[in-house]
Amino acid sequence: MTTTMLEVNELSTKYITRFREDVYAVDKVSLKVEEGKSLGIAGESGCGKSTLALSLMGYYFPPLHYTSGDIIINGKNISGLNPDHVRKTILGKEIAYIPQAAMNALNPTRKIIHFIEDVILEHEMYVNKKDIYERAKKLFETLGLPPEVLQRYPVELSGGMKQRTVIAISVLLLPKVLIADEPSSALDVTSQKMVIKMLKHLMEAGFISSMIFITHELPLLYNVVDDIMVMYAGQIVEKGTSHEMVFDPIHPYSKGLMGSIIVPEEGLRDVKLTAIPGVPPNLKKPPAGCRFAERCKFVRPECRVISVPYREAGNGRVYRCIIPEAELREAYSREERTK
Amino acid sequence: MTREKKLYLSAKGVTKIFGLGRQKTLAVDNVDIDLYEGEVVSIVGESGSGKTTLSKILLGLISQTEGEIFFQGVKRDINSHAKKREYWKNIQAIFQDPFSSYNIFNKIDTVLLDCINMRGGRYFPREKKIEMMTEACSFVNLKFEELTNKYPFELSGGQMQRLMIARIFLLQPKILLADEPTSMIDACSRATILDELMHLRKEIGMTIIFITHDIGLAYYVSDKVYIMEKGRFVESGSADEVILTPRHDYTKRLLSDVPKIHEEWDLSTV
Amino acid sequence: MKHTLQQIFRSPNFVVGFSIFAVIILTVLIYPMLIPDPPLKIIAQGTFFEPGIYVNTYDTFSAPAYTLKLEGADSKRIASKLNDEDRLAMQKWLVGFGIPENEIDIQNTEALLDLWNTNFDPSKRFQGMTNADRNYYIRLNNSVQGLLSTAPAIIAATDETTGGLVETDRVQQSDYINVSQVSNVRILPLGTDNFGRDVLTELVAATRVSLMIGFVAGFVATLIGLVLGLVSGYVGGWVDDGIMFITNIFTVIPSFVLLILISFSIGQDKRGAFTIATVIGFTSWVWTARAVRSQVISLRNRDHVNLSKLSGHSIFYIIVNDILPYIASYVVMAFILQISSGILAEAGLSILGLGPRTTEVPTLGLMMNWAMIYQAHILGKWWAYFPVIITIALIAFSMNLMNTGMDQVFNPALRD
Ligand SMILES: Nc1ncnc2c1ncn2[C@@H]1O[C@H](COP(=O)(O)OP(=O)(O)O)[C@@H](O)[C@H]1O
Ligand SMILES: Nc1ncnc2c1ncn2[C@@H]1O[C@H](COP(=O)(O)OP(=O)(O)O)[C@@H](O)[C@H]1O
Ligand code: SF4
Ligand SMILES: [Mg+2]
Ligand SMILES: [Mg+2]
Repeated sequence: MTTTMLEVNELSTKYITRFREDVYAVDKVSLKVEEGKSLGIAGESGCGKSTLALSLMGYYFPPLHYTSGDIIINGKNISGLNPDHVRKTILGKEIAYIPQAAMNALNPTRKIIHFIEDVILEHEMYVNKKDIYERAKKLFETLGLPPEVLQRYPVELSGGMKQRTVIAISVLLLPKVLIADEPSSALDVTSQKMVIKMLKHLMEAGFISSMIFITHELPLLYNVVDDIMVMYAGQIVEKGTSHEMVFDPIHPYSKGLMGSIIVPEEGLRDVKLTAIPGVPPNLKKPPAGCRFAERCKFVRPECRVISVPYREAGNGRVYRCIIPEAELREAYSREERTK
Repeated sequence: MTREKKLYLSAKGVTKIFGLGRQKTLAVDNVDIDLYEGEVVSIVGESGSGKTTLSKILLGLISQTEGEIFFQGVKRDINSHAKKREYWKNIQAIFQDPFSSYNIFNKIDTVLLDCINMRGGRYFPREKKIEMMTEACSFVNLKFEELTNKYPFELSGGQMQRLMIARIFLLQPKILLADEPTSMIDACSRATILDELMHLRKEIGMTIIFITHDIGLAYYVSDKVYIMEKGRFVESGSADEVILTPRHDYTKRLLSDVPKIHEEWDLSTV
Repeated sequence: MKHTLQQIFRSPNFVVGFSIFAVIILTVLIYPMLIPDPPLKIIAQGTFFEPGIYVNTYDTFSAPAYTLKLEGADSKRIASKLNDEDRLAMQKWLVGFGIPENEIDIQNTEALLDLWNTNFDPSKRFQGMTNADRNYYIRLNNSVQGLLSTAPAIIAATDETTGGLVETDRVQQSDYINVSQVSNVRILPLGTDNFGRDVLTELVAATRVSLMIGFVAGFVATLIGLVLGLVSGYVGGWVDDGIMFITNIFTVIPSFVLLILISFSIGQDKRGAFTIATVIGFTSWVWTARAVRSQVISLRNRDHVNLSKLSGHSIFYIIVNDILPYIASYVVMAFILQISSGILAEAGLSILGLGPRTTEVPTLGLMMNWAMIYQAHILGKWWAYFPVIITIALIAFSMNLMNTGMDQVFNPALRD
């Protein structure tokens, strides 16, 4: 019997811009993360990955606004709660978020230990700085980070070290779920590997129960998470285990994504990369029907009008296309042969 | 029997030192490189290894501290504006960050018109210019009618980089230096850009120097690979040779640090 | 461009600053149309007339008289004429007479006069009262009785034939005239200065001249700073070294000291407002040059500049098209700051007596200078200097507000 750490049902949120336009960045997204599992979110930039992360933490500060749906974190339904209240009681403790480019947002005039003091003092009133230091030191040692880092300023650290420090700070209060938003995109391959190793260690050593990992780098995602969810224009188009998603995608968009994977492995040079023509739709006026219709080579007239339902493909796998699984696979293998 | 390929560009003992005294950085250290007609050559290294510096030296945007550059067999001479202009008709570049590659105050049309002017089309009739720009855009699957009078920042990063390829299409240089053209672009647009770049290469038969930190990408696009560490080339050879049977430790490390999908990614090595 | 303007006008700081500045400019433009007096005309004989409404006394006689019976008019008149010295003397006499001191309220005119009228006896002598004192009290009593008289004032003119006085008019104590029927009335909202000029008219003219000085100084400084900064930053090498050498020299010598030296050596007669403005501009470009240079240095390595080079453009084209637009907003901001510091520099110079020569136009600094020389601040003639300080402060304040407002829009680090 597994426990569900995070459950999101039909969550929709939008941005309201300064010019009073609505941007429908997350549309009826449902997902579930079990204890001990990690979920990856893939998709082109601008498809709403970061917005989904903020939304499912209840972090509704303007311009982001909640529209509908439920968010249940570790059994608590937080949808509709005051975001300030959420920030004080949920964030960092139940669910923690490492924003994109977080490491570059550290205030350069403060030492690492000061950020840690801030986090702890916000949630616990009666602790002294010495205890905090001891705690931080212990945590850093367990995570394989040199404790000297605590007395350093952010600029004195390399990119990889900074990112790992940020991750360490975000798990200070032992959150159940950790959301990492492109934590390694700006790093060298070696630093990236260290960051990933640390995240995996956090899961294995029980610092966190579940993880959501956001990136558009598919080989990386494949190696880090158990399940992958592909987003397109604010919606989920397909969900499955990472092996299934990478080697056997069903949805035409996932198929296109997986066809663009480049890794230094034998035989890769002969593979023809698939390129998806066109650009994602404007989320201020999302198209009716399937949002991928504009770029899909299997598009049918009804795709543009009907609200496309999710289809089950066994073993918890879902995809969102009007064409049944079998027909899509058939089309893919036909393409394979003609190449 | 293959025809002897022409040597286009070569560098001998190129070294670049930035700064003076204690702040001295040895960015490029005694590098030799030969580029033949029609080749795709990759230079792979982590950030800070001197790839961009080397490419700027080859482009003639900065001068080397030591060493010589030969262009089509003769020593390169770009000591006047006119000579530089002439040189840049032969060698062009695409830079890493599309968001800083464009002058945000110029419209897209200006970017493309500059290229037509450079190729001697300054006094072409307006229709002809528009026709050329339309052709260039359609080559990279962009619609000129939708882009005209727009500013580059209204495009996505991928589209901007494709516009850069359209620019190269108009300029038709002999050599293209692509400095991490896809590293700021998400993975799906990356395939499109690589496709279009390789298509263009076939179309106008140019030599490409592809600079990247992604060894997989280098393997995918290039005939020859140079591995760069701290300003030096530590290993070079044909792509298959270097990637499939790496000899230098640095190359091995780069390869093992990249996540793969068919092989296990061994996290214990860091 | 339009979008940027919109954003700027959405910034509260900018809007407040801009409004203050607009009011100042409008006043400077409209006021001379309403009151076309030359600003330096001496209208008052005497120094430092208080702010107020000046009514021509002679004209009041020819204005039609109206009788108004107003409550308390007499006591107001008497109160205004009985000075504190007289009141104290009256109190002293009454105390001597035997009235307890705490029962006498010398500020209550009516009660005091009552006490005096019922008790004063010219023949009474107290201990220690000299003859002179007695005479003084008698005289005081007479004038007090005169104040209480209700007889009209008589206006007489000399008869040309007899040489004697002939009564021409009587002015009753209850006579009034309507100010609007007096042909000559002059409002001096800020009084007059030491030379007898209308301070408000002078202030408006001075503000105009000072703004012009600030503008010219700012323009000169920004132009020099911009050109030197662009060239030194973009071209680099020995050109940069040369320009930075000059800039460093200018940085080491405080610009105000330099300004004083130059002004002093130009000499009083040659110092027109424009000369001073140019000199201020010449001494304050350093800061702009340094800032522009550092911006250009970070821009010249940007890829769009490299790309422009690869497109075969010349240095001049690149500076104008690929560098200048990026620093334009910054230069505008620097220009605004230079205007306000130019105005302050002029004020500083003039206070030291090194400002523009004094015969042609007033400037805010010159007004301060005059007020100080004639000791307005010691004499308590606040209207001669206080409005000037307020105006300088308002100009500097509004410019700085506009600047911070623009900074919020242009500076990505401050943007929300
Ligand atoms: N602050 C904002 N105001 C308005 N629209 C926004 C804002 N932030 C993001 N968006 C829009 O929301 C969409 C999703 O953005 P984001 O969640 O950042 O995508 P991703 O993380 O997948 O790159 C994009 O179309 C973007 O333009
Ligand atoms: N203009 C410069 N001035 C001083 N140092 C520089 C400059 N440009 C690059 N460097 C230094 O040279 C080294 C190589 O940089 P670069 O060529 O940009 O590497 P890469 O492109 O491989 O990331 C780095 O250590 C960098 O700090
Ligand atoms: S619903 Fe239609 S348009 Fe959308 S992915 Fe399926 S086939 Fe393509
Ligand atoms: Mg994002
Ligand atoms: Mg580089």
